[in-house]
This record gives sequence, structure tokens and C-alpha cells, in this order.
Amino acid sequence: MNTTTTRRSGFARLLRAEWTKFRTVRGWVLAMAGAALITVLLGLLSASGSHTSCDGACPAVPVGPGGEAVEDKFYFVHRPLNGDGSITVRVTSMTGQKRLPDSTPGSRRVASGVVPWAKAGVMIKESMKQGSTYAAVMVTGAHGVRMQHDFTQDVAGRPGGVSQRSPRWLRLTRSGADLTGYESTDGRQWSQVGTAHLAGLPDAVQIGLFAASPGDLTVTPGDFGGSSAASRFAAATAVFDQVSLRGSAADGAWRPDDVGVTLNPDGSPHHPGGFKESGDTYTVTGVGDIAPLSDGQQIENTLTGVLAGLIVVIVVAVMFITTEYRRGLIRTTLLAGPRRGRTLVAKALAIGAVTFVIGLVAATAAVTLGKAILVANGNYVLPVAPFTEPRVIVGTAVLLGAAAVLALAVGTLFRRSVAAVITAIVLIVVPYILATASVLPAGAAQWLMRLTPAAGFAIQQSIPAYAHVLGNYTPSGGYYPLAPWAGLAVLCGYAALTLGLAVFQLRRRDA
Amino acid sequence: MRRHLLAEWTKLRTVAGTGWLLLGLVALTVAVSVVAAAAVSCTSAGCAYDPAKISLFGVQVGQAMAAILAVLAISGEYSTGMIRTTLAAMPRRATVLAAKAAVVTGLTLAAGTVAVLASMLVGRRILLENGFTRGPGTPMLSLLEGPMLRAAFGSVLYLALIALLSLGIAAAVRDSATAIGVVLGLLYVLSILPFMIADPDWQKLLWQFSPMNAGLAIQATTHLSTLPLSPWAGLGVLALWAAVALLGGGLSLRLRDA
Repeated sequence: MNTTTTRRSGFARLLRAEWTKFRTVRGWVLAMAGAALITVLLGLLSASGSHTSCDGACPAVPVGPGGEAVEDKFYFVHRPLNGDGSITVRVTSMTGQKRLPDSTPGSRRVASGVVPWAKAGVMIKESMKQGSTYAAVMVTGAHGVRMQHDFTQDVAGRPGGVSQRSPRWLRLTRSGADLTGYESTDGRQWSQVGTAHLAGLPDAVQIGLFAASPGDLTVTPGDFGGSSAASRFAAATAVFDQVSLRGSAADGAWRPDDVGVTLNPDGSPHHPGGFKESGDTYTVTGVGDIAPLSDGQQIENTLTGVLAGLIVVIVVAVMFITTEYRRGLIRTTLLAGPRRGRTLVAKALAIGAVTFVIGLVAATAAVTLGKAILVANGNYVLPVAPFTEPRVIVGTAVLLGAAAVLALAVGTLFRRSVAAVITAIVLIVVPYILATASVLPAGAAQWLMRLTPAAGFAIQQSIPAYAHVLGNYTPSGGYYPLAPWAGLAVLCGYAALTLGLAVFQLRRRDA
Repeated sequence: MRRHLLAEWTKLRTVAGTGWLLLGLVALTVAVSVVAAAAVSCTSAGCAYDPAKISLFGVQVGQAMAAILAVLAISGEYSTGMIRTTLAAMPRRATVLAAKAAVVTGLTLAAGTVAVLASMLVGRRILLENGFTRGPGTPMLSLLEGPMLRAAFGSVLYLALIALLSLGIAAAVRDSATAIGVVLGLLYVLSILPFMIADPDWQKLLWQFSPMNAGLAIQATTHLSTLPLSPWAGLGVLALWAAVALLGGGLSLRLRDA
């Protein structure tokens, strides 16, 4: 036998020894099963606590080309276009109104002004169907000229607003499935804003002018912790002139359409937009937004119980090593595996793998069953990209596994179970709770979710935050400052670092 | 009873960890409160935060130290076998638990008072430096006004009740790691559960049920009418939890072999 195989079989032997130790302590096995059970049950409890009901059937939510739920609600003044072509307009004004919070209940207060992401400009859209592919060049309330397409994509042009004195020229050209947006301040010197490739764009499309305004968002800290966001009605009105169309656009009048307008019970439109034509000047008023939707249940809402399961996992992982110290078994263990570093790594691998498997089973059950309960209760569960759900489930299992390794390492450093359990919980669980459910300001909460091992919870976020949509993007709203895998990497980094420290200490100290 | 108290006091006094835990309680509470107060920023329209909750924010972390102190006071004896000596010397088991409860409560009250007072004073100073006001032209409450006093006094009581709850659970569970896991799970996990449920009725119910949320209602000085429970009723919920835990722990101590 050569040395490599000896070494490998030696490690396999250590691993098996650790697995046997875990398997044969009935309390630990039961506790781990309990952790899975509590994770699933708490998840299902929170899923069944969420009800939504609509008068009659809930309206169907449009889905964008990328598979995400979208809001596709705006005023569109359009004509059919066949094949290549372009539209050029001058925007001379953008005004709006927004509803203010009621100072006395029941009386409406409306002020003039536009919200930051109010938008108006030119658009080419596959069809009038909500959620169909599009590209648009627009002026916005406070973010300058933008080119956006397919709801999630946004490119910035030049900053600044529009007025009679400094109008903006916008142009959108189509060549096949490629659309290019341009802007100009004088109609002669043009600069490109961005391009979009709309896969599967048919020959016949709609081309025209649009206006939309998302609601005015206010985020207030919750009375007993967390925060809540409220959105109030807002509308935007834009004035266009110098409209010119190129290509084989149909002649005749412009067709106005209030895309996606909600209807009152009597069938009249609720908060309608509008269109006025006088000579060469067109005035378009729009309500709504063309953007990804974040209102709805997220799949990670079914993983509430992970926090409770995590505490059980931490306790078991700590005891996996501290019990050896208490009973003196550690001396036998180190006698059998005198290379202490490898012995501890085998131990970490064993507890990490067990927790991963348990976590995988629990998370799969919680998400699958929880989603079914949510849907049965009339909730809208936000659809996600095909790999997002497996990422959330597997990521949650990795989160639990890494936490177990971290807890084991802390247990090795302290040798005392209470101090180790507390330290592990204060490192992982407490920051998460302070960041999501306390009166802590959002900025501080975000730093907690960046710097502490609780950053790993970012792996559960299924709906990304979009820079071009205002939202309550705080940990309490379910949005974390780090990208999912980056957050998980922070936790794994902590686990690896602590394990390294534990190996160092184990080798240095007498057992 | 005096003999019991003296015995428990001697045991707790001479264990190495006690001093460090009490010091940790004070240090963690004050440090976390200071960070929270420094993190608050206000707009011109006033500050949307509750000054008492922010300057006593550290209690939410410091309470873990009170929990360890209480858990170790009894489960430490189980892990070393000392409990058998204790019960041989003082066979009235309920009295032993009562003496332990009294000593742990006393220590927590003492350390809690220092921690809360220091957090209030330092937190208030930082908030004032950040220009904290209740609204345009309304200054922050002074420390001697009713709600602030209630928040401070109540937070000290809160810490003591957490210690009693932990003691009761540890007496029932016996193993220190399990006990501390149960206590912290009860405090932290139950506290976050209401925020994960959309239904407002469930939310309210779970909030009222959670020992940490309900107990910390004692720190509220603003928006009192929107709280699911009044401050003292909230602390009452925690007291109920502590009483049930102590009762369970006491029964388990009496009925089971040590």
C-alpha cells in the first residue's frame, strides 16, 4: 500500500468513527430529527397564517419575458409597425400629482410633483398583452434619461429633468430584434443611450408614446420593530411634440390604450390615464409602472422555521465536541487519531454533512408544502427563475451545515458547552434577529447582515432588489445587502476561520 | 431559608464565571445600546424612533448573559455532580430552588441596574448630539419623566425575569447546553415569528405570546396605543412565563432523582 492510500483510508476511518459516535447517541439523533420537524412545522405555521382574498377571482399577475412577475400598467398611445423603423419625439414637460398621507382621516390631500421613477417617452412593444417584451427610452422624475427593456434591464443616459426651456429629444430605432435608444438636447446632435436585443420580437409590433408613474413610497419603522412600506397613488403627465415616425407604420390616428388599468366594481376605470392631442402636441397622462413586481409571497417565507432549527443544530454541534471533553472521551479519540488537525476536520465534516442532509430534507419539505398552503390560502407566490428555488433550498442546507461547523469549532475552542452555545447563537442568530425584527435603523441592520455570520441568510433571498424600482430594500423587508452566494461565503469564511483556529488550539493544548 | 441563601450565595460567589458574566451583562448592554444610538439618524421632520427603545437596545443582547448566569447556577451543579451534595445538605428541594432564584435575581438586579442606567445616560447623550427630537419643536423626554422611568425600571425587572425564566428551564432540562438552547430559542425565535406571518391577527397573538416581545413592551414610550399589549401587561406576560418555568423546574426537581 502506498502512502496516499494509507492517508486516505486513515481519514475515511476517522470519518466513520465520528459518524458512529453521532449515530449512537440517541439524544443527538432525536434532536436533529426534531430540528427538521420544527423547521418544517414553523414554516407551515407561518404559511397558513397568511391569507388573501379577492372579490371573486384574484386578477392574474402578468409575467415578464424573464419569467418574473411584473407590473405592466401605463398609458400607451400607439400604432402598429411592421419591420424596421424608428420614432423620434421631443419631450417638453413632465409634471404630475401625488397623494400625500392623510393628515385627517378620510380627506384626500393631493400635491403636484413627480415621483423619482415617474417615466414618459417612446416605446416599441411586442403587443398590447401585459408582460410582453418591450424596449423604451424615457425621461424620468429624478433619474435623467433611461433606456429600459424587458422590465428588469435599465441603462442610464444623461441626468437632469425636462422643461420648456431645456426639452429632451428621444429616439428609438428598430432593426430586426435589435433596438437602440438615443437622446439629444437639440434634435441634431444625438448620443446613444443603450441597445436591447429582444429575442423573438415579431415583425409586427406596436410603436408609440407612453407615460407611467409608480406610487409614492414611504417607509416607516414599524411600531414594534421592523419596518413597513406604503405606496400612495401618483400620476405623471408628459407633453410631446415634433413626433416623427419612420418605417412602415400604419397611417391614421394614434390609438390610446390604458394598459392594465384596474376597474372599479361598476366597470369604470380606477385612476385612469389620459391622452390629449392638439395640433402637433400630444399630452399623455399615465398611472402605474413598467417594472418587476415585488408584492406577493416569496418562497423563502416558508423557511421561517430555519431559525429554530438552527438553534437545535448549534446545540447538537457544540455538544458533539464538548461532551467528549466532559466524559474524557477526547483522550481516547486523540489516542486513536493522533493527528489532531485531521481528527477535528473529520469531526467537522461528519457533523456538517449530517446537518446538510437534514437541512436539505427539511427545507425541501418546508418550501414544497408551504408553497402549496400559501397558494391554497389565495396568496400570490412570486414566480422565480428555474434555478432560484433549488438555490434557496440547497443554500439553506449549506447555511445549516456551515453553522454546525462553526458551532463545533467554537465548542472546541471553549470546551464548555454553555459558553460555546451562547457564542454561536450570538454570532449567527442574534444579528439576524436584530437586523430583521427590531427597531434598529436600516443602515445598521444592513451592516449586521454584511459583517456577521448571519450574512449567510442572504442565500434565501429569491427576489432581487432592482435599482430602478423604489422598494423597502431592508433586511426586515427580506432584502439583504450582499448577493446570495456572497452572503453564504461570508458565513462559510467564518466557519473555516474558526475551524482553523480550533485546529491550532487543539494541537497546542493538552486535552 | 437564611442558611439556604447563604449556601447558594457562597456557591455563586466563588464560581469563576459569575463575575465575568455580570461584567459581560453590563458591557454588552451598554456597548450595543451605544452602537444603536449612534446608528440612528433623524430627518428634519423629527425622529421616527423611540428614544427609550434605542438607548436600551443593548438589553436584547445583554439578556443572554443573565440567561447564562441563571442556567449555570443549576445545570453547572448537575454537570459536576455537586447537586447531590447540595440536596444531601439541604433536602428541602423547593427551598433550594427558591434560594437559587433569590440569589440569581439579586445579582441580575444589581448588574441590570448598572447596565440600564449607563445605557440610558450614554444613549441619551448620543441621541441629543445627533439632534434627536420627538418632532419639530418637541424636545426629547427627560429621564425623570414617567415613561422614561418606567422604561428604565422595567428593563431592570425584565432582566431579572429573564434570569428566573432561565433558572426554571434549566432546573427542568438539567443539561446546560440544552437549557441554554431552549432559553435562547424561546426568547429569540419566538420574538421573530410574528414578523414572518402576514395575517395581522396571528401576528398580534404571537407577539403577545412571545416572552421577549411582550416583555420589552415595557421599554416603549411612543406609539403606546398601537402596541398589542400595554407595557405592564407585556411585562406580566414575561412574569407568567417565568412563573410557569419555575413551577415546572421546581416540580421536576422534587419529583425526579438527581
